[in-house]
Amino acid sequence: MITPSQTVGPFFAMRLPWPDGPFVVPEGTTGAITIVGRLFDGAGNTIPDGLIETWQADPDGQFAHPDDPRGPSPSGYRSFRGFGRCPTAPDGSYRIVTVKPGPLPDPLGPGEDGAGDGAAEAPHLDVSVFARGLLDRVVTRMYFPDEAEANAADPVLSSITEQDRLASLIAVPEPGPAGGSLLRFDIYLQGDRETVFFDV
Amino acid sequence: MTADVPSRLALPSYGRPRGVHPPLDYSGYRSTALRHPKKPLVMLPQRLTEVTGPLLGDELIMPTDSDLTMQHDGEPQGQRIILTGRVLDSDGRPVPDTLIEIWQTNAAGRYRHSREHHPAPLDPNFTGVGRAFTDAGGNYRFITIQPGAYPWGNHYNAWRPAHVHFSLFGRAFTQRLVTQMYFPGDPLQPIDPIFNSVPDPKARERMIAQFDIGLTQPEWALGYRWDIVLRGRDATVFSGGADR
Repeated sequence: MITPSQTVGPFFAMRLPWPDGPFVVPEGTTGAITIVGRLFDGAGNTIPDGLIETWQADPDGQFAHPDDPRGPSPSGYRSFRGFGRCPTAPDGSYRIVTVKPGPLPDPLGPGEDGAGDGAAEAPHLDVSVFARGLLDRVVTRMYFPDEAEANAADPVLSSITEQDRLASLIAVPEPGPAGGSLLRFDIYLQGDRETVFFDV
Repeated sequence: MTADVPSRLALPSYGRPRGVHPPLDYSGYRSTALRHPKKPLVMLPQRLTEVTGPLLGDELIMPTDSDLTMQHDGEPQGQRIILTGRVLDSDGRPVPDTLIEIWQTNAAGRYRHSREHHPAPLDPNFTGVGRAFTDAGGNYRFITIQPGAYPWGNHYNAWRPAHVHFSLFGRAFTQRLVTQMYFPGDPLQPIDPIFNSVPDPKARERMIAQFDIGLTQPEWALGYRWDIVLRGRDATVFSGGADR
């Protein structure tokens, strides 16, 4: 029988952050993107004691994991950690440096026998949020603003019936330093702009 | 993408626990009020991103990380304890080579954290943080000291029962778990909103370690045993059924 979840509490910063946690790839990596955002509560206040974690495929759309049945990635991302972790700052902000993941195939294939929908998943990150006051993590996804076509065909985005909430899952481009790519992904736990969260 | 991608990928699927985890909206724990989503969660199919997960390496581990009594020049105050157990999935299979992170108060109930204001003494010889990997059989082991109870602002005269925070990854994104381990016989448990946010009394019991005289080392340390159970996997081909 499964062990229940409990809140991460206010003092996880004693252990969970580590120096390169926010750096899925080292800063300055070719093609690196920086994701910034803030975490908000239902009153619109920023949350200074939250923890953001990200998990994603490599740029080839593959995972350095034995349960990815497609085997090692062809272009040298074999050791790609894929994982980012950043506590929120006193102003509720976090920052993750990574590379854009590739699209993912439908595990059921092209769907000739009707089993799969054949729809590739658009590039995305799975995002977990932990905080004091959250008795279990909440899970969302971050999609990319320059993938309109892929996003429109994405089976997860397509399953969301409230069209006005879709925008909460798509990062917003921000002017950034030359040569870099800066994306904003704010997360609203509650309220008018509540982010779409998933039952995983 | 590679040219030889098979047309159908065999992926495990992880059962979705119902009635085990606390509700996100729990009035007894005041901080949930503005921090729980009010809209229904959207069902996320378990595809490649969800059935894989970070397999963090042991480069994160220092030799003293699993012995919280050896991280300073002197020994910490308090009752020395051995804390051990297995990480399993709900089918009873061990979860090997997975990172466990823990943090806790010192013997006086004080966290070493800048936002902690409980007027109990800090212990210069105790930080209260640890890391370990499970072995091939899913076993882990920490040496630490018995944490103390501490007051918090949730309601008048609120005290948290002694606990150790645990963070686990398992082998997949679906298995990620952050929880707290409690000690047997603690009179604060029946009146603690966080402990009691878990709706099923039997599930609450699963957060309590067992004292183990066999594990206890004479003249040295008390032994506690606590197994942690993560979601299980069915090694079946990704199903196009209701779970999508």
